[in-house]
Amino acid sequence: MAQEDKENIIDQPEVLRHKMVTVEIAGKKYEVPEGITIIKALWYSGQEVVRGAGCLGGFCGACAAYYRTKDDPKVRTCLACQMAVQDGMSITMMPPFPARKATYDIRTLKDPKQDLFNLYPEAPLCRNCNACTEACPQKIDVREGVWKAVFGDFKSVSEMFMDCVMCGLCTPVCIADIAPNLVALYVSRAQGAHFTEKPVGLDIRINEIQDGRFNDEWTKLLKMNEKELTDHCATVK
Amino acid sequence: MDIHALQQIVHQTRDARRKQTFSKLSPADRDQLIHKYHPDFRESAFRPLRFGPNVGDKTAIELATLLEGDSSVTDGFDLTPDYTTDVLVVGGGGAGCAAALHAHTAGAKVMLATKLRLGDSNSVMAQGGMQISVAPEDSPVTHFVDTLKGGHMQNDHQLLKVMVEEGPSIAKWLLSLGVLFDRDGDGNLHVKKGGGSSKPRLLTCSDYTGLEIMRVLKDEVLNQDIQLLEFCAAVELTSDENGNCTGAIFKDLDNHRNVVVAAKSVILATGGIGRLHIQGFPTSNHYGATGDGLCLSYRLGAKLVHIDTFQYHPSGAVYPEQLIGALVTEGIRSEGGHLVNAKGERFVDELDTRDVVSASIIRECEEGRGIRTMSGRVGVWLDTPLLDVAQGPGTMKKHFPAMMLQFERFNIDISKDPVLIFPTLHYQNGGVKIDTNSETNVKNLFVAGEASGGLHGRNRLMGNSLLDLMVFGKRSGLAAAARAASMLQGTLTVGHLKGFRAEAKKHGRVSGVVSPMILPPYTRKE
Repeated sequence: MAQEDKENIIDQPEVLRHKMVTVEIAGKKYEVPEGITIIKALWYSGQEVVRGAGCLGGFCGACAAYYRTKDDPKVRTCLACQMAVQDGMSITMMPPFPARKATYDIRTLKDPKQDLFNLYPEAPLCRNCNACTEACPQKIDVREGVWKAVFGDFKSVSEMFMDCVMCGLCTPVCIADIAPNLVALYVSRAQGAHFTEKPVGLDIRINEIQDGRFNDEWTKLLKMNEKELTDHCATVK
Repeated sequence: MDIHALQQIVHQTRDARRKQTFSKLSPADRDQLIHKYHPDFRESAFRPLRFGPNVGDKTAIELATLLEGDSSVTDGFDLTPDYTTDVLVVGGGGAGCAAALHAHTAGAKVMLATKLRLGDSNSVMAQGGMQISVAPEDSPVTHFVDTLKGGHMQNDHQLLKVMVEEGPSIAKWLLSLGVLFDRDGDGNLHVKKGGGSSKPRLLTCSDYTGLEIMRVLKDEVLNQDIQLLEFCAAVELTSDENGNCTGAIFKDLDNHRNVVVAAKSVILATGGIGRLHIQGFPTSNHYGATGDGLCLSYRLGAKLVHIDTFQYHPSGAVYPEQLIGALVTEGIRSEGGHLVNAKGERFVDELDTRDVVSASIIRECEEGRGIRTMSGRVGVWLDTPLLDVAQGPGTMKKHFPAMMLQFERFNIDISKDPVLIFPTLHYQNGGVKIDTNSETNVKNLFVAGEASGGLHGRNRLMGNSLLDLMVFGKRSGLAAAARAASMLQGTLTVGHLKGFRAEAKKHGRVSGVVSPMILPPYTRKE
C-alpha cells in the first residue's frame, strides 16, 4: 500500500473483537468464530464435508440446512453457504430426501397442462398449509406456485420459480407429498418448450450460417497473416 | 469509518460521473497496464514444469505441484471393471451434461460420474449470460473477432470458428428443452452487451442464466437412460498397451471403495482450478474446482496449453466477510454500473475486457486509492444504485434478483448502497489441448469445457464459457459416441504411470503430493 489512509477503512467490530460462539451441529456443541457461514463452521469444527457443499455461492442448492436460533422454538431453513452462525444456534444439514421425480420427454408432450396431472397426480392435492412457502430460502411463494401450476398458469410459475435453486427444502414439509420444486421445474420447462413464442430471428441466423452467407468473410479473415488480422481486429469497435 | 459514511462519496459524485465518457485504452496502454498489475505477470508465482508433456512450460506453482504429483493407484491394483460403458463422462456441470445428453442421443451407452452431485459446478453460477450472435446487426464473424481480441490473438482459430458458428443452433436446442431466455417484445431473443464485445450478444435468463440452463440439463439427464455415479471422484485414467485411454478409476467418497469403469472413450468435463487459490486469491469457483482433469490427462500424456494464464473476475465481493470471493455479476457493469475509487473517481472503461478491468482495480488499490476492510482486504466501489437512478426504481430488483437476494441475507440493499469489490480467481483460460472434436492427443480421451484449453486464448471473453460448454460438450459427446460404435473395448492398465513415475523419480519426486486434490483441504486439523 503506497499510502496508509486511515480514512478509507470500513469499521468491522466483528473483525476487531473476534468472538467465539457456541453452536450445536447435528446435536454436538462446538466453539466457532461468530459470523462465519454454516459451511465454514463445519470445516472449522473438523468435519469432512462431502455431501452438503456445492457451488458455495448460493446457486446449486446442495447445502440445504435447518437451523434454530437460541431460545426460539421455530426451526428455520437456509442455504448453509449463505447463513452466518450466531451464539446458541442449532444446525443440521438436510439429508437427501427421496422425492419422486417424474420422467418425461418434454419435447414430445401433446398436452403439457393436462399431462401435469398424469406426471404429478399429487399436485392438485395441496391443502394450503403454506409450509413450503415458509421453508423456501429463496423467498418464493411456493404454495401460490403450486396452485397456479394446477390452474394452468404455467407462465406465472416459470417466472416465480426462476429463483429456485432446487434445494428441495419445500418437499419434506409437504403433507400432501408434493415435491413443489419438481412440479415447478416440469411446468417451467413446458412453458419454455411449448407455450413460448419461437424467436424468428434465430432461425434466420441459423439459415444464414447453413447457406454460407458468411463464407466470403471467413475466407478473407482466415487467410490473413498475424499482422493483417491484428489490424483488422483493431478496426472492429 | 462507518461503511455508509465511506459510501457517501459514491452518491455525491454520481451525477458528475454520469456525464463522463471513457474511451477504450490503446492496445499498447492495455498491454502496459496488464504487464504491470495483472497477477499473471507476477513472475515469482510461476515455475516451469520439470517433466511430462509440457516440460519447460511455465505454470502457477500451485498447479505445477499437482501436475507433477503422484497417483494414488499403486502396483497390483485390481483393474477388473465394476462397470462397462461406451462413453464415460467425468463431471456433472454444463459440459458434462451436454456431452452425456448428446452421446446418449447418438445411441451410445453413457455413464456420467461426478465427485459431488449432478449439477454442482461453476456452470450453475454463471450469471452474465451466453454469447450467441443472433442479432441482425451481429454475425458469427464479429463474435470471432471480439473473442480473438479478448484472448490477445492467441485463440485457436479452428476451435473458435466452430464455437461461434454453432452458437445459434445451441440456442435452438436449449429452447427446445424449455430454457427460458429473456425475450424482446417481438418474441426474439433479447441480447445484452458484454464486456469486450462490439455488439450486444448476451442471451440471459435474468441473472440466473447458468442456473436455468443447468436446471433443465440436469432434469434432462435424469429423464434419459444415463447411468449416474455421484460422489465418485476420478483418481486415475486407464490406458491400453498403445497408451490410448480405456476407462477410469474412481474413489467412492461415501464408502471409500474403488470403482473401475471400462469405457471405449472418456470425456473429462472436470472444470477449473479456482479452489487451488492461486497466489492466495479468493475464488468465485465451486467446492470441487481443483483441476482434477488436468492432473489425470497430464499423467496419461495429454498436452496442456496456456496454463500460465488465469482469469481474475474484476468484481468479487470484499464485504461482508461471508461473501468474500463471491461474484458480483458483470451484468451490472453491462447495464452501466461504474467502478469508483476512494476519491469518487472512475478509472477504467468498465466494459473493457476482464484482464484490463481487473488490472486497473489492482492498480487503484496498490496506489492507495482503494477502500480497506479491517480484516486486511481492499477494494473499490461498484456503483450499483446508479442503475435505479438511471433506469428507474426497481431496475436492480428486476434485472438482478440473485444479486439482490445474496446481499439481502446480510442486510445490505445493493440498490441503495454500492458494493465493495476486488478481483477474484474465476477461470482457467487454458487447459488440455483439444481438436475440433474435443479430442486430446491421447486417443479416446476427450476434454470439454473449462478443463480444455486453446479456445479462449489468454483471456476468456465474458459469456463465452456457457457457449463453450454447450458446443464442445456436444461435439465431444457426438464424436465419442461415433467412435464407440466402431471399436472394441481396450484393455485396462495403468502402464502409463510407469514412465511418469520414472520421470518423477529422476527429478527427486519433488512434488511430494498425491493428485488430483479432489476437494480443497478446508477442514481444520488440530
